[in-house]
Amino acid sequence: MATTSSAPLPPKRNDGPAWMPSLLKDAFAAGVLAALLALPMLGFRLVDSAQGLSLDYRFSWVGIAFAAVFAGRLAISLARNAWDGRRRPMRERGTEESHGLRLRKLAGWLMVAAALLLPWTPIADRNLIDKATLLLIYVMLGWGLNVVVGLAGLLDLGYVAFYAVGAYSYALLSQNFGLSFWLCLPLAGAFAATFGMLLGFPVLRLRGDYLAIVTLGFGEIVRVVLLNWQVVTGGPNGLSGIQRPSFFGLPFLAAVPGKTTFHEFFGLPFSPDHRILFLYYLILILALATNLFTLRIRRLPIGRAWEALREDETACRSLGINPTKTKLSAFATGAMFAGFAGSFFATRQGFISPESFTFLESAIILAIVVLGGLGSQIGIVLSAFLLVGLPEWFRELQQYRMLAFGGAMVLIMLWRPRGLLSSREPTVRLGKTPKAPEPMPAGEGATP
Amino acid sequence: MEYFIQQLINGISLGAIYGLIAIGYTMVYGIIGMINFAHGEIYMIGAFVSLIGFLFMGVLGISYIPLALFLVLLMAMLFTAIYGWAIERIAYRPLRGSVKLAPLISAIGMSIVLQNYVQLTQGARVKPLQPIIQGGFELSGANADFHVRLSYLQIVIVLLTIALMSIFTYVITRTPLGRAQRATEQDMTMASLLGINVDRIISTTFVMGAALAAVAGLMVTLYYGVIDFYIGFIAGMKAFTAAVLGGIGSLPGAMLGGLLIGLIEAFWSGYFSIGYKDVAAFSILVLVLIFRPTGLLGKPEVEKV
Repeated sequence: MATTSSAPLPPKRNDGPAWMPSLLKDAFAAGVLAALLALPMLGFRLVDSAQGLSLDYRFSWVGIAFAAVFAGRLAISLARNAWDGRRRPMRERGTEESHGLRLRKLAGWLMVAAALLLPWTPIADRNLIDKATLLLIYVMLGWGLNVVVGLAGLLDLGYVAFYAVGAYSYALLSQNFGLSFWLCLPLAGAFAATFGMLLGFPVLRLRGDYLAIVTLGFGEIVRVVLLNWQVVTGGPNGLSGIQRPSFFGLPFLAAVPGKTTFHEFFGLPFSPDHRILFLYYLILILALATNLFTLRIRRLPIGRAWEALREDETACRSLGINPTKTKLSAFATGAMFAGFAGSFFATRQGFISPESFTFLESAIILAIVVLGGLGSQIGIVLSAFLLVGLPEWFRELQQYRMLAFGGAMVLIMLWRPRGLLSSREPTVRLGKTPKAPEPMPAGEGATP
Repeated sequence: MEYFIQQLINGISLGAIYGLIAIGYTMVYGIIGMINFAHGEIYMIGAFVSLIGFLFMGVLGISYIPLALFLVLLMAMLFTAIYGWAIERIAYRPLRGSVKLAPLISAIGMSIVLQNYVQLTQGARVKPLQPIIQGGFELSGANADFHVRLSYLQIVIVLLTIALMSIFTYVITRTPLGRAQRATEQDMTMASLLGINVDRIISTTFVMGAALAAVAGLMVTLYYGVIDFYIGFIAGMKAFTAAVLGGIGSLPGAMLGGLLIGLIEAFWSGYFSIGYKDVAAFSILVLVLIFRPTGLLGKPEVEKV
């Protein structure tokens, strides 16, 4: 098998239709492969019954898999052959890029405006605002993780742990000490950042993938502790009845004895939509603050140090940047934003449990960052929309949703390995942007 | 003392299973430097194929257990290897030489796809299997209340693992294929200049890793008697931890790491609490990495500028 189709790219179009048989052969090989893959899983089905397991057969499905893949592969190859004949010449790279950057800036402002006006458009209803709020949580998490992965280049597979720390610290603080949301928000961020430091201190000496596995393990540890530490976290049942947010002390309720409510204070008729709207604007502001922070810090020495560290750790070290401290600050900053998002999540849901903080969430957030193009703020919005927003509309297809989600992750990566909008360009550069690796100007930490 | 020996036996059996999965991670990491996140799902598919295989043997009427076991083993290795090959071909090969994170995301996506594919095709319920290899030795010591149990199945698991490891070590160290693999691991470009078909070598690596994961899946099906579509994630994570613990890229390291993780888990759940056994394994990993950042048997990585 491995030998016959280890080079299945069909030959490029030459003179006649001589390539047709090879295309057919290639499609046939793909079909056979699909049939072999389908045989054990689709061809047989385990049936539970009172007497135990038994087998059921559905070999027709294997045939369907063969036919579908054969036809699909053939169609793709034909399309690719036709396409190859007239490939456009490459455009000039430099002009396109500066043009693209300006366009992106404009798009960013348009998006902010759209997000601000969304609740007042005729299409807005409770459901839509709710979904938009959820989307914005992921955008904010993506922007937060972007500090760690996109700017500092540290692969963090356990980001959701900090999100969980934020959520649980808000829930516990407000339940046990009666602190308000506005007091808890900075506290939750601080706790999450402290956790980031605690984890980061021993492990940030590690490079790349070692760091990835340790953060992955840390994410699991936090989840396991949340599950097992019943007295404090409520175990698998989670914490419920978490205090809902108030508008600077004015609760969103119909009437509270002895207290002015939001609608009474402003003389509006009571509506449950007020809270939804408030939550939407709250997360919008939090997310935009994250974005603004990232954009600004890139111009500060610390932000530049993060980017430099991502590009070349050895060079940084030799230039006197302390990699551990720099990494630690990036890690803690990213964790802090996750903590903010976590406490918002807790106040929005009113209920949290370890179920919400599984590895899958970490994977989704990381996928949002990477698919968006590492370091690109707008790319993250786009990919959050693709990965989280679109599937929300297909909730009816619950069963196939995750399958499609995983498939989309693979396909987008294959289609654009650098992400939808890649901007790995460092924010600052000395001199002009070099087109190719050319001799560096003297004075820069040249790496032979 | 008896209790200690019992946990030791359990830990070694569990460790053998982790070790077999860890080899897949360590080989792939060694050769192309990526975490094959979908490897845990490959193991899960191996477990499902074995379960289906056992039921199919029942349908065929093969009741002589060693023969059935052997046939199921072959079947599981074959079909799971095809999955391993296909995943590499579809999701990783097009991304070779691309941004470092791209194959990782693609792998996470693939793992989500496989998990849901199995859930959709085989159902989400836990699948039980009647014990196939029963019986064992009862070793009694000074304490008459507690007998150490060493089941035949545990012996089979350990022997099979040792046999596979020996074959594997032989292949890697003594055959032309193994030499090509080691060459590719050291320098992919140079290896291809010297006439090694790098693509094929990498495919073979995935096939080998998947076949070993299938054996681990078969063992788990027999050992625990229940599987579901979600077993791949935790086992894969533990196995990757084992690979890192032993020093990623090193085959004996993977086996050693697997054994250690298995032992830690068995002793921790035997003496402390079962709820925190995952925490124990990861804490040990963090501790080891602090003092030996390259793992127990790993070679220090020299970064060239």
